[in-house]
Amino acid sequence: MFDGFTAEALARAQFAFTISFHIIFPAFSIGLASFLTVLNGLWLRTQDRTYLTLFEYWKKIFAVVFGMGVVSGIVMSYQFGTNWSVFADKTGPVLGPLLAYEVLSAFFLEAGFLGIMLFGREKVGPRLHMFATAMVAIGTLMSATWILSANSWMQTPAGYSINEAGQFTPEDWWAIIFNPSFPYRLVHMVLAAFLSTSFAVAGVAGWHLLKDRNNGATMRMFSMAMWMAAIVAPIQIIAGDAHGLNTLEHQPAKVMAMEGHYESHPDGAPLILFGIPNPQEKRIDYAIQIPKLSSLILKHDLNAPLAGLDTVADADEPPVTVVFWSFRIMIAIGFAMLGMGGWSLWRRWRGTLYRDRWLHRVSLLMGPSGFIALLAGWITTEVGRQPFTVYGALRTVDSIGPVDAPAVGASLLAFIWVYFFVFGAGLFYVFRLMRQAPDAPAPTTPPMTQAVTA
Amino acid sequence: MLFDLPFIWAGIIAFAVLTYVILDGFDLGVGILFPFAKSEQDKDLMMNSIAPVWDGNETWLILGGGGLLAVFPLAYAIILPALYMPIITMLLALIFRGVAFEYRGRTKRWKPVWEVGFAAGSAIAAMMQGITLGALVQGINVVDRAYAGGWWDWLSPFTVLTGLSVVAGYALLGSTWLILKTEGALQQMMREKATMLGMITLAAIGIVSVLTPFQDPVYFQRWFNLPGSLYTMVVPLAMMALTWLLFSSLKAGHEARPFIASLLIFVVSFVGVGISFYPNIVPPSVSIWEAAAPDSSLRFTLYGTLALVPLILGYTGYAYWVFRGKVNPDEGYH
Repeated sequence: MFDGFTAEALARAQFAFTISFHIIFPAFSIGLASFLTVLNGLWLRTQDRTYLTLFEYWKKIFAVVFGMGVVSGIVMSYQFGTNWSVFADKTGPVLGPLLAYEVLSAFFLEAGFLGIMLFGREKVGPRLHMFATAMVAIGTLMSATWILSANSWMQTPAGYSINEAGQFTPEDWWAIIFNPSFPYRLVHMVLAAFLSTSFAVAGVAGWHLLKDRNNGATMRMFSMAMWMAAIVAPIQIIAGDAHGLNTLEHQPAKVMAMEGHYESHPDGAPLILFGIPNPQEKRIDYAIQIPKLSSLILKHDLNAPLAGLDTVADADEPPVTVVFWSFRIMIAIGFAMLGMGGWSLWRRWRGTLYRDRWLHRVSLLMGPSGFIALLAGWITTEVGRQPFTVYGALRTVDSIGPVDAPAVGASLLAFIWVYFFVFGAGLFYVFRLMRQAPDAPAPTTPPMTQAVTA
Repeated sequence: MLFDLPFIWAGIIAFAVLTYVILDGFDLGVGILFPFAKSEQDKDLMMNSIAPVWDGNETWLILGGGGLLAVFPLAYAIILPALYMPIITMLLALIFRGVAFEYRGRTKRWKPVWEVGFAAGSAIAAMMQGITLGALVQGINVVDRAYAGGWWDWLSPFTVLTGLSVVAGYALLGSTWLILKTEGALQQMMREKATMLGMITLAAIGIVSVLTPFQDPVYFQRWFNLPGSLYTMVVPLAMMALTWLLFSSLKAGHEARPFIASLLIFVVSFVGVGISFYPNIVPPSVSIWEAAAPDSSLRFTLYGTLALVPLILGYTGYAYWVFRGKVNPDEGYH
C-alpha cells in the first residue's frame, strides 16, 4: 500500500497523524477542566443548581475526552523513539528533562486527582472535591506549559552546545525553557484551547436552544460561552499577531511561506489574501493582494522592505502550499470568531441573546471551528519549521532512526485503523452525550448518599 | 564513582519501572481476569475497583518513557527501534483497554466489543511487556550508538516464555487485588484463581531464572561466582519465603496478605533481573554510564524528581485511601 514511500516520509506521516489526533483531546481537556472548575466554584458559592447541572453534564464529556487524551498521549511519549531514535538520542538531553517535568508536575497531578474529581464528591466532601477539580485544571495547564516549552525549543533552540557524540547538551536551563518563541506560543495555544472549548460549548448550547429556548441550563452555558468568545477572540488575534512578529524575527522563512512571498519586496510587500501557490514556478498564481499591507502588518511601515523565499536556499525552504493554506484557514476562522463574539455582545445588549435563531444556528455551525483553527495553526507552525526538526540545527532527514519503510508503513496502517475505530467511537459517544439536553433526567447514577446509608 | 549521577538515576528509573509494574500490573491483571466474571455485577465490580486509579498507575509508564529519554537517551533510542513491534502493539493494546472504562457505560449494543477490548488489550499489553523484558535479557545488538539487529530479533522461545510469565504474574496481582476489594462469590472465585495463578507464576519465574544465566555467560558469573553468590542467594531464599506467605495466607482466608505477598514476589523478581543487568542498561553492551545524558540534564531532572516524587507518592496514596475498602456494588459509575 505504501510502496514508493521512503521510511522518512512514512515516519513523518505517522507522527503527523498521531499528534494531530492527540492534540484535539488535550486542547479540549484544558478548556473543559478550567470550565468545570469555574462551574463547580460558582455552584459552591451561589448554591444555584444550574451550575451543578452543567458541571455534571460537562463532567461526563470531559471524562471521555480525557480518557482519549491519556491513551493517545502514551503513544506520543514513545513516538520519539520508535521512528525517530536519532532525534531522541541527540535531543533527549534537552527535551527529555522537559517532558519528565511535564509528567512529574502535570500528568501525575491530573491522574491523581481525576478519580476524586469524577467519583469522589460524596466521599471527600465539597471542599476537597473543589480542590481536586482545581488540581486537574492546573495539571492541564502545567502540561501545556512544559510541552510548549519543548516544542518551542525545537522552533527556536537556545541555551545548548553540541557534545562529541553529536548530542545537544544543556548549558543554560533558563534559556532553554524560556526560549525566544515559548511565551508567545504558550499564550497563543492556551487561548486557542479556551476558545475552541467555548465554541464547542456554544455549539452544543446553540443546538439545544434551537429546540428549546426555555432551558435555564442551556441558556446559562450559552451565555458563558459567548462571554468567553467575545472576550478571548480579540485577545487571541492580538496574541497571534505578536506570535507572528516573533516568528518573523526567529524563523523568517516560515513567515515567507505563510505570506506566500516567493519574491523579496524592497519597497513594501503586498498582503496576499488569496491565490494558488505554484511551487514549481515559485510564484502565487491568481493572487488577490493588497499592496504594501504585509509590510504594514509585519513592520508597521508601508514601505518597509521584506525579504522573500528567493533569499532562502532551496534546501532550507518549507513546503509553501501547506503552510500558505493552513495559515489562511486559521486566520479566516479567527476573524469569524471575532465576528461571532461581537454579534453576541450586540444581541446581549439588545436583550435577544436567547431569541436570535440565526445566532444559535451559526453557533452550532461554529461548534467545531476552534479545533479546525487549532489544527490549522499547528500545521502552519510545524510544517513551517521544515525541513528541520530542531530549527537550523538538525534536519528532519537526519533525525530518523534505523527503521525500514515496510515496518513504518505497517505501524502507520495499524495506527490509522485503530485511531479511526476507537476515537471515532469516542466522538460518537461524546456527540451522544451532547445531544442530551443538560436538564434531561439522566438514567445514570442513583445518588451516592443512598448507597452510603443503605 | 559508584554514587555518581548515572548510578543514582539508574536507581530512580528502576524504581519508576518497578512502581509501574506493580501498580499497572494489578489493574492489567484485573483486565486479564475480566472474562472470568460470571455476571454483569461482577464485571462492574472488577471495573470499578480500578476505575479511580488506573490512570495514575499508567502515568508511571509515561514517566518511564519520558524519564528514559531525559536521562538515558541512548538507551531510549536503542530499545524502541529494537522492540518496535512489541512496543507499538502494547501501545495500541493500551488504547483499547484505556477507553473501555468510559466507553463501556456509554453503549448497550457495543458493550461486548469494549469488554473484549478491555480484556484482550490488558492481556496483550502484559504479554508485550514480558516480551520486552525477555528481549532485553536476551541482549540487543548495538553498533555505533544504534540498534543493528533485525525486525524479529525480539521473538524467541525465551521471550514468549517471559511474556507468558508476565501475563500470569499480572493476573496473580489482579486476583489478589480483587480478594482485597470484593466480597462473597467473586472473592471466593478469585481465591481459587489466585492459588492456581500463584503456582503458574512461581513455576514460570523458576524456569526463567534457570534459563537466564544461560542467555549470557556474564549473567552466570554474576549469580554463581563467590563471593557475589552469597548476596544473590538472598533472592531465591526470599522467593521461597514469599511462596509460603502467599499460599498460607490464601488458605487462611486473609484479605490483604495475598496481595502484599504477590507485590513482594514482583519486587524480588525485579531485584533478580536487576542483578543480571547491572551495570548495563541495554545488555549486553551499553552501560548506564555510556547511555547517560550529560550531567547538566541529569542534575536538572534530579532536582525536580526529588522534590516532586514524594509529593506524587503522597497524593497518590491519598487517592487510594479515599477509595479504600470494598467496592460498593450499589454504587454506579459516574
